[in-house]
Amino acid sequence: MATGEALLTNAVGLHARPSVKLTQLAKSFSSTVEIAVSSEGPWVDAKSPVKIMRVKAPKGTLLHIRAEGGDGEAAVAALIDLVHRKFDEVEESAHG
Amino acid sequence: MAELRLVGRPASPGIAEGRAFRLPDRDTLRRATGTQQQEADALRDAIADAVLYLAELATKLESEAADMIGFQIAMLEDESLAEPAFAEIQVGQSALKAWNEAIEAELVHYRSAEDEYFRARTADLEDMRDAVIDRLSGAASVAIPDGAIIFARDFQPSRFLSVDWSKGGAVVLSEGSPTSHVSMLARARGVPMIVGLGDVPEMDGHILVDGSIGEAIFAPNMETRNAYQARKVAANADARAAAEVALRPAVTQDGQRVEIYINIASPDELEPLDKALCDGIGLVRTEFLFGAGPDLPDEDTQYRVYRRIVEWAEGRPVTIRTLDAGGDKPIIGLTVDGESNPFLGIRGIRLSFARPDIFRMQLRALARAAIHGTLKVMAPMVTNPAEYSKFTSMMDEELAALYKAGIAAKRPDLGMMVEVPAAAIAIDCFEVDFFSIGSNDLTQYVTAAGRDIGAVSGLADPSHPAMLRLFAAMARHSAASNREISICGDAAGDTAHIPALLAAGLRKLSVAPGLVGSVKLAISRLNLRTKSAAP
Repeated sequence: MATGEALLTNAVGLHARPSVKLTQLAKSFSSTVEIAVSSEGPWVDAKSPVKIMRVKAPKGTLLHIRAEGGDGEAAVAALIDLVHRKFDEVEESAHG
Repeated sequence: MAELRLVGRPASPGIAEGRAFRLPDRDTLRRATGTQQQEADALRDAIADAVLYLAELATKLESEAADMIGFQIAMLEDESLAEPAFAEIQVGQSALKAWNEAIEAELVHYRSAEDEYFRARTADLEDMRDAVIDRLSGAASVAIPDGAIIFARDFQPSRFLSVDWSKGGAVVLSEGSPTSHVSMLARARGVPMIVGLGDVPEMDGHILVDGSIGEAIFAPNMETRNAYQARKVAANADARAAAEVALRPAVTQDGQRVEIYINIASPDELEPLDKALCDGIGLVRTEFLFGAGPDLPDEDTQYRVYRRIVEWAEGRPVTIRTLDAGGDKPIIGLTVDGESNPFLGIRGIRLSFARPDIFRMQLRALARAAIHGTLKVMAPMVTNPAEYSKFTSMMDEELAALYKAGIAAKRPDLGMMVEVPAAAIAIDCFEVDFFSIGSNDLTQYVTAAGRDIGAVSGLADPSHPAMLRLFAAMARHSAASNREISICGDAAGDTAHIPALLAAGLRKLSVAPGLVGSVKLAISRLNLRTKSAAP
């Protein structure tokens, strides 16, 4: 089981556009990938935009990430990188 | 049959004529409920079909709208979305009802969210839900003919985007609001649109629509049709002439130069604009910064945005208004809830004084941006000279702190919006660098008629003699005291009011970027000496 964490620093948090990017990235790995806003869970399928949107994680949330499978380490690293890149959003005009 | 003229609310200007096309009401379309297997298949097909439709639509749209559609597609493709619906179908529910209930359960999370950003996604989910319902009910297979005048109760943004508007046409809704998403799309695409027309009699045939006055004429007679044709030709000719003069300075027939500035609410609006369009920026609303995310923007974020705007202007003046929240512009976590009359409550500078930490941060960001060009800063809703002095003292204190910390900053020219009648009447009591008349609020306060209340909005007339006397007195005082004065309300962009505003002595108008052409055209036809207008 690979694990990691990343702080949401983009203005809008884990919302429409960021959550679509996160789930698309998670789906590119064969491992099961999950996120949570607390280390105790509940853990949420990172490949489901519907479930990620239900988390409603705002800016400033520490996102916990875990993955189980052959490419688990890579999956966790990739997701952390995406969060650190602020989902490649242009901050000043972020509407999504 | 006799000609029938109905008037609703204007949502998007422009003239159209064509045949009526009535879009069937979603609620009236029903499909027979089949077996469990048939219902499950129908829902699966409808979702797949909606995804295909949205994916094709996204390829035709610019990035912002395509992202909105991309989110809807991602949600529809997620099996967990429809899972509860399929479970309901297994126990005998119809596909339509099961789908509606499953999305409703999801929507509850969105509607109740504390975060405004998240709540705004409600509209996307509803749009997505309706795209599937239209496929279940057969409404989606109702083809909209090219160039039709579309009558409906409401109209989905995605459906609007799927129509080929190059063939003409218009939208007429029995309900709806001019501020809805689809109304904004119509204005952006130049499609005439009327909302709130009420129930329309069942009739086919020719219809005329004038979106700028919210008028629809059914079964028009020959005379009316000819008059409309003339109006359409004139409107087209004006649009061409306006495009020609838009990039040139505005000068009246008798050689008087009028400075034209633009009003913006976001730096993104500047990107497509030609800089020759204006003499500067007369109003930057800063509320957009405060409504965009769950958190209030920090100093650096604000500084970067202000700097971008000031640099765009390349030395020409830019007037930024400090936060003007409250009244009709609530901001979650900032404005006061539950005031019995928010327009007479804690709004504008009153709110800024109530939240000095936020106000001081904005003043610091503005003072830092001032070094990058010609920045002017004004405070909204100033009522007393003491409030204005407090505003300038706070700016001076923040400037001193910035200098002390070794941060580059400069004192911008400071001024005030004149929108409270007390300030307009006693304008000589204010020791400012410049005035900017906020004619929207000033008019509604002077006439005691809210612009947002349809039944009295006609009374809120900026050409009322009381308003014109106020404008003239303010212009006289400004000239005598050598202070700049401009006007940035809707009246400045309305060609019906411009002759009176110029006659009152105003020479600086600040208007929406899209209105600059028609404003300059109207000015170029005026002769202030003979008080006449050239054709």
